[in-house]
Amino acid sequence: MGYSLFIIVAPFVLFLVLGLLGMKMKPSVAGIIGTLGMALCTVLAYTVAFQYFSQAGKIGETWTEVIPFNFEWLRFTENLHIDLGILLDPISVMMLVVITTVSLMVHIYSLGYMKGETGFQRYYALLSLFSFSMLGLVVATNIFQMYIFWELVGVSSYSLIGFYYTKPSAVSASKKAFIVTRFADLGFLIGILILSYYTKTFDFGLLTAHHAQLVTTSFAGGTFLGLSIATWALALIFMGGAGKSAMFPLHIWLPDAMEGPTPVSALIHAATMVVAGVFLVARLFPVYFFAAPEVLEMIAYIGAFTALFAAIIAITQTDIKRVLAFSTISQIAYMMVALGVSEYGGHDGLGYMASMFHLFTHAFFKALLFLGAGSVIHAVHSNEMDKMGNLWKYMPITHITFAIACLAIAGIPPFSGFFSKDEILAAAFHHHPVVFWTLWVVAGLTAFYMFRLFYRIFWNGEKKYDEHHKPHESPLTMAVPLIILAVFSVFSGLIPFADFISSDFAPFHTHINWLVAGLSVGVAVVGIGVATVLYGKSSDKPAELARQMGGFYKAALHKFYLDEVWMWFTQTVIFRYICEPIKWFDRHIIDGSMNGLAWITHKTSGSVKGLQSGQVQFYAWVFIFGSLLIAALVLFL
Amino acid sequence: MDFNNFLLMGQEIGLIAVFLILFAYDIIASDKLKRWFYPVACFLFAVQTAWGFFPLPAGEAFGGLYVASGLTVLMKNILNIATLLVFLQSYTWLNSEGTRHKAGEFFTIALVTLLGMYLMVSAGNFMMLYIGMETASLPLACLAAFNKYKEKSAEAGVKYILISAFSSGILLFGLSFIYGAIGSLYFSDITLSVVSEPLTILGFVFFFGGLGFKLSLVPFHLWTADVYEGAPTSVTAYLSVVSKGAAAFALLFALYKAFGQIEVVWEPVLWWLSVITITLGNLFAIRQTDIKRFFAFSSISQAGYILLGVIAGNAQGMTATVYYVLVYVFSNLAAFGVISAVENASGGKTSIAAFNGLYKTNPLLSFVMMLAVFSLGGIPPFAGFFSKFFIFMAAASEGHYLLVFIALLNTVISLYYYLLIIKAMFIKEGEPDATGRFSSDVYNKTSLALCTLGIFVVGILACIYENIGNISFGI
Repeated sequence: MGYSLFIIVAPFVLFLVLGLLGMKMKPSVAGIIGTLGMALCTVLAYTVAFQYFSQAGKIGETWTEVIPFNFEWLRFTENLHIDLGILLDPISVMMLVVITTVSLMVHIYSLGYMKGETGFQRYYALLSLFSFSMLGLVVATNIFQMYIFWELVGVSSYSLIGFYYTKPSAVSASKKAFIVTRFADLGFLIGILILSYYTKTFDFGLLTAHHAQLVTTSFAGGTFLGLSIATWALALIFMGGAGKSAMFPLHIWLPDAMEGPTPVSALIHAATMVVAGVFLVARLFPVYFFAAPEVLEMIAYIGAFTALFAAIIAITQTDIKRVLAFSTISQIAYMMVALGVSEYGGHDGLGYMASMFHLFTHAFFKALLFLGAGSVIHAVHSNEMDKMGNLWKYMPITHITFAIACLAIAGIPPFSGFFSKDEILAAAFHHHPVVFWTLWVVAGLTAFYMFRLFYRIFWNGEKKYDEHHKPHESPLTMAVPLIILAVFSVFSGLIPFADFISSDFAPFHTHINWLVAGLSVGVAVVGIGVATVLYGKSSDKPAELARQMGGFYKAALHKFYLDEVWMWFTQTVIFRYICEPIKWFDRHIIDGSMNGLAWITHKTSGSVKGLQSGQVQFYAWVFIFGSLLIAALVLFL
Repeated sequence: MDFNNFLLMGQEIGLIAVFLILFAYDIIASDKLKRWFYPVACFLFAVQTAWGFFPLPAGEAFGGLYVASGLTVLMKNILNIATLLVFLQSYTWLNSEGTRHKAGEFFTIALVTLLGMYLMVSAGNFMMLYIGMETASLPLACLAAFNKYKEKSAEAGVKYILISAFSSGILLFGLSFIYGAIGSLYFSDITLSVVSEPLTILGFVFFFGGLGFKLSLVPFHLWTADVYEGAPTSVTAYLSVVSKGAAAFALLFALYKAFGQIEVVWEPVLWWLSVITITLGNLFAIRQTDIKRFFAFSSISQAGYILLGVIAGNAQGMTATVYYVLVYVFSNLAAFGVISAVENASGGKTSIAAFNGLYKTNPLLSFVMMLAVFSLGGIPPFAGFFSKFFIFMAAASEGHYLLVFIALLNTVISLYYYLLIIKAMFIKEGEPDATGRFSSDVYNKTSLALCTLGIFVVGILACIYENIGNISFGI
């Protein structure tokens, strides 16, 4: 399966070609080259998936890791070396499929959506760079390779959020995204260093083998501030994941990241990059489970809290992309919870499977939601709900596909979201009642805010549009990806996921827990019902309700002032008490010593210049005298 | 006589064959045929370079006078690559009015010096080393004076031959002491019975002075700036890279193989000389206004860094030194390729001011120059960073922390003057009479492309360093 290397290399080549030569191409040519390249990758990814799941990945009944390509890059010791390789196992193959599919859809969609934008070629070059980085991340054979691609993903996300770099809000959003995730990655890096210091390896295979025996034995006994070193290392690694996957309190960058072009939001900030944190935890799951179960516990609680928190905020937002952003945070938190409550092996590993399952289905319906939102924005030239309403008349395809995605995310059977969400709830049900009921409430809230969004965009009253600027259905390049993703959103839940993905690579059987399913569908129906009552037609009821909620509504509308808290924290604590002393040190000690060095250098340089007289007899004299001096020094000192 | 001895000398034989073909070609061919001389010469030498990458037998010939091992082959390959790059850069110059009729001489003389350097690297006996050095030095004086009607070039030739003769005398003087003390000039004999006594110390120091001349270590360096400035640019490039590289390799073998037992003697000598060489080279480089003089002093300080690897005295130091020279070849020759291009286009200007505003007129060339000086300055992720890193690691592995610290301080200074070139190219406005957009010949472009590739790839591909390490192991 050596050709799987090509899936990674092709986007990089595309990036180079489009980045270096793009300006010389016609925009449409660059777009088509990028799209065709991605289509090729998608075909290859599906071939790999087919081959892996049909024969290459199977040993008897269980799945196995296949490494079709490995290049040893830096070797420190026998086991400690940085490789660049490709690791195929069920989750990485699944990710290949998800990433290439969504990326291809976004490539096609952008042909229409970004048409006529300046920097069209740059846009496609950056999309290729992102695809390369993300694909490299999921197939990483070792944690260091993952870290390299992790940062590349961050860079490409940064440049895509700031794509409209003349817009100040886009620039500050891109900076915010980069700084917050980099801050989290600092934890990731320290975690990697601690982990590899003790285990003497970066390799995922060695780390997770035999119930993560290597980690549990090599960390034995060490504690720091009352927690074991292994806990520290894995918590720090999780910090990196929390940054990328926008877990509370590091989620603040994701809503702002919506400043980027909408297809980018669909690809990066909904379907792929933001689930990197979930993927990271899943990749190291045996290590977490056996070496630091308390970290998993923490992940479950952080996830549950984030899910609830983001869902509440999502209810109050009026910018349609922001609603989707908070919904994304909430849904990713769902996946995190699933990992947090999971156990290892067989049916106990239901949470692990459910998490990956939800990642899979969510990628499609959330990408669909974003692309649908993009289609709407394209039509009405605004992100604000107030400017919308009654759009079903004008945009039938967007309307239907958006409705499908809303039903999927709300968890209504038989749409895909129902199955994956149900598995997560079932996993939580068995382990943590508190977490379960939180998620249950979130499921209701999700259904409510999604249908609030849906009604306010497509139904809700007799919105009058300007005769000259009547909204219209999007062009075919945009409509086709919507339809394809809608098909995925409907049917992807029917895949028997447990046959393919499990915590210990052994397929197991799942069955629907009717109690949980009934509860979750019930609460979703209630959510949709309430939304219908409040927003189905235009009325004063929502405003009235908001007034009654008073302070709580206002707090939620302002995202619980978390941006302000962070701002205060950075400006007063970090800037004043950390940056100021460092600045002083830099200005005086570092610069001072450099200036001193420069001064000394300059002075001595001036005083020795006579040595170079140009007279060869003097040269010879220095030659012989120098030799004698050296001889004397060696002999007599 | 056992003719099997010659089988070990595959690279030398190949070189001599190339030399003879070119020599005959130069003499016999008609003017019409001679138009093909340059490409043929480059092609033949490229074949000779490629030939070195085939597995060659290892062993000792002529009773230990001549040694061939994986490491010597590798070193000769590095010298070959460097020479090939220099050849590629010389096209426009060799085709100019004053030199066109003697292009053949340039190649044949350069090949002879290269043969001398091969022998220096492969020497197992000090007499062999000496013969190699002489073969390498004397013709180089001809090359330095190649533009003999130019005053500076003639001056460079004279200065080079005088100092070279002088240093040979000193080296022989030192060797006679060593012979007197030990009774043999074979490395293998010397290492068995050498002890730290005044006679051997004197012998060693004088020998070291002779090699120090080729490496242009302080205080044997004073000829460097004048010769580098006066000699034709391609010859300067050759002197600064190939000649210096060969001397560094020869020094490695002499110190490790012959004087390995008296490390106590040469360690402090190298310690002090590397400090003085790096520092003084830097101090002088800052004040230069001529780019060739500038690179003369830059190459002096680079030689000081090379000593850092030599001083480690172990396999790691050996690896780091060879790797350092390899990287230095690409970085320095990239710089010289750009200098050649600018010099040719501007009618012989070699002042730093000639580079003012180069970015506006020739962005690609200034980009290559930037890569070159960044690599020379040791800025990641270019190869120069890794080579400095490894050489510091090697020195630190033997506990020379203070030395590494001083060298680090000096890299800061070197960054300053390397950045002066960047400043000239990117920030300063071009002079009114500056040459506009120009395009250099395809050969020079090839060499610059190869150098750029080297600057990127040699650093990133760790397997190159590891391979050198595997070969160096056991020396």
